[in-house]
Amino acid sequence: MKPELKFVDIISQQPKMQKRKNDLSSFEYTYRAEITSMYQLTDMETLYRIQIVNPEERRRFAFIPGQFLMLEIPGIGEAPFSISSSPSIHGEVELCIRKAGNLTNFLSKVGRGAIVGIRGPFGTGFPMEEMHGQNILLIAGGLGLVPLRSPIAYVQENRSHFREVNIVYGTKSPQHLLFTYQYDVWIKDDINLNIIVEKADPSWIGSVGMLTDTLMKILEGRDNEFYHNTYAIVCGPPVMFKFVCNMLNKFNIPMQKMFVSLERRMHCGMGKCCRCNVGSTYTCLKGPVFDYWTVMNLKEAI
Amino acid sequence: MIFRIFEKKELKNLFEILAAHNKVVGPVEIGKDKQCNPIYAFTEVSDFNSIKLDYTTTKLPAKRYFLPFHEDLSTFRIKDNNWQKTIDYNADRPLIFFGLHPCDINALNKLDKVLLHSVFPMPYYVAKRKNMFIIGIDCVPQPFCFCRSMGSDTALHGFDMFITNLGTRYFVEILTDTAYNFLKNIKTEEPKEKDHILYMKSAAERNKKFTAKVDTTDLAKILDMEFQSDVWKQWGDKCLACGTCANVCPTCYCYGVEETVDINLKSARKTKMLHSCNLIDFAEVAGGHNFRPERHSRLKYRYYHKHRGFVEAFEESLCVGCGRCGESCLAGIKVPEVIASVRGGKKR
Repeated sequence: MKPELKFVDIISQQPKMQKRKNDLSSFEYTYRAEITSMYQLTDMETLYRIQIVNPEERRRFAFIPGQFLMLEIPGIGEAPFSISSSPSIHGEVELCIRKAGNLTNFLSKVGRGAIVGIRGPFGTGFPMEEMHGQNILLIAGGLGLVPLRSPIAYVQENRSHFREVNIVYGTKSPQHLLFTYQYDVWIKDDINLNIIVEKADPSWIGSVGMLTDTLMKILEGRDNEFYHNTYAIVCGPPVMFKFVCNMLNKFNIPMQKMFVSLERRMHCGMGKCCRCNVGSTYTCLKGPVFDYWTVMNLKEAI
Repeated sequence: MIFRIFEKKELKNLFEILAAHNKVVGPVEIGKDKQCNPIYAFTEVSDFNSIKLDYTTTKLPAKRYFLPFHEDLSTFRIKDNNWQKTIDYNADRPLIFFGLHPCDINALNKLDKVLLHSVFPMPYYVAKRKNMFIIGIDCVPQPFCFCRSMGSDTALHGFDMFITNLGTRYFVEILTDTAYNFLKNIKTEEPKEKDHILYMKSAAERNKKFTAKVDTTDLAKILDMEFQSDVWKQWGDKCLACGTCANVCPTCYCYGVEETVDINLKSARKTKMLHSCNLIDFAEVAGGHNFRPERHSRLKYRYYHKHRGFVEAFEESLCVGCGRCGESCLAGIKVPEVIASVRGGKKR
């Protein structure tokens, strides 16, 4: 026998039936997807509607609110974005993206019809079905409204399954408000929309102050039945989490019913590159959606 | 496990038979340091005499053969508004590793846990790992080796055969049928009782030579407790945040991905580059917020990942105790000292 090693081809060796999580060939596979529309929301943020090109792949692509995907422009870069659209639409996602770096600035210039690559969806989501029959508090600061738009869409589509629904949304100024064109529909769907800005302009007639002020007004003077049957979803800049979560905790909202979505810069989305580690937990696998008890046990999470 | 024993000169025969048909990587001497001690490195070898089987340790691990520092994950052909992606796992032939120490074999076993056996196995690693044939060799513990504390001083699996120097002969453990068949090409014997005794004696001798120690009792818990400890700040002040420790570490696998357009503007590539959690941009996110802006928080994270996070996930530390990071650190930061100081609380 010739003492020569045979080359092992890992792809031909793996079993035919594979889940995406074990399939070696799906690791670097990107869906080709088309930017079908671009809608400018503010000076800095644009809402992109992106549709997977292949109809079969489009049918298979499903996600749950809170999950993220990796968006790639060949030669420019790849970065994680949370999905901002209804989970009931398959193969088409809306991403609200701020111009912040190479990739996002380039993206703002490519225009409708451009083909991009997407991988995913990745990570954990908000347990929407678990929340049926409960009150919901959606608390967003600034860009934090982006990942919350997906659970909001879910709530709208399944409004009868939820009791009182409150959105608490704070931004720096009225010019920074996102998705303003949708507010009327949210309100008509019996969602209480509480918007507060830090700094008003002359045209602003709403509240001015900190997000926690508004939250306090909603939480104050309710009975235990309300607190115990309320789910909270929190997303915003790191500094916001602490104040909001402490307040919710003080009102005895159960820790397992408080969810936060953490932001980290993933490079792989699959628990390999370690760039998103909080302490030593992979935000891309165990998160980005964590319940508050888990977050309390993570070092340097918020 | 099957054991055999063979005369030392037979190893050369084995090498030559294997090297005639396969690519072989082994430890060679590539120069001398300031104290005139030899510097060793893993490199491709074709001549048995250039392999230094009595090497102390290599500056760099064999990592570049299975976790290259630079690696193209995919390439793109770009035409007008369209593009085509080509994925290549960058493995085209098997590799024989001739003479890996137990620490480096254990490093592979640890990497397997996260890159091969967990969710989303990484094909770039798997393709290379499945095409490795490993001949392990015993070592002489050096003053900086604390592998015994990390439980990595012996390798139980992760190799094809493991040879131990018994003076005039080699004692060999055979783990795979491939190794068993390869060994049919040279003259080997069934070890006798006196050979077993010789083996045990040599193992006991080796055990006496370990000097560096790390107390790992309750370490995961202690790292949690001492998260705010001032000792981290003191080490952070020393740390140069250069990332050398990750570069020389046999188990550091963290990376970053970058994309570049080729100069012809017709093609592009997505490149994976090993990163280090000590580098300043490791935990930076869009808009410039950095979750670990200070050196001490990044240094601490490195220990946290190795000695706590990995323990939590896989019941073992990600550190094999090879001591390379301490030897290469420009600021002289050594793992046993850092951990001792964290255990010792504030006094340092």
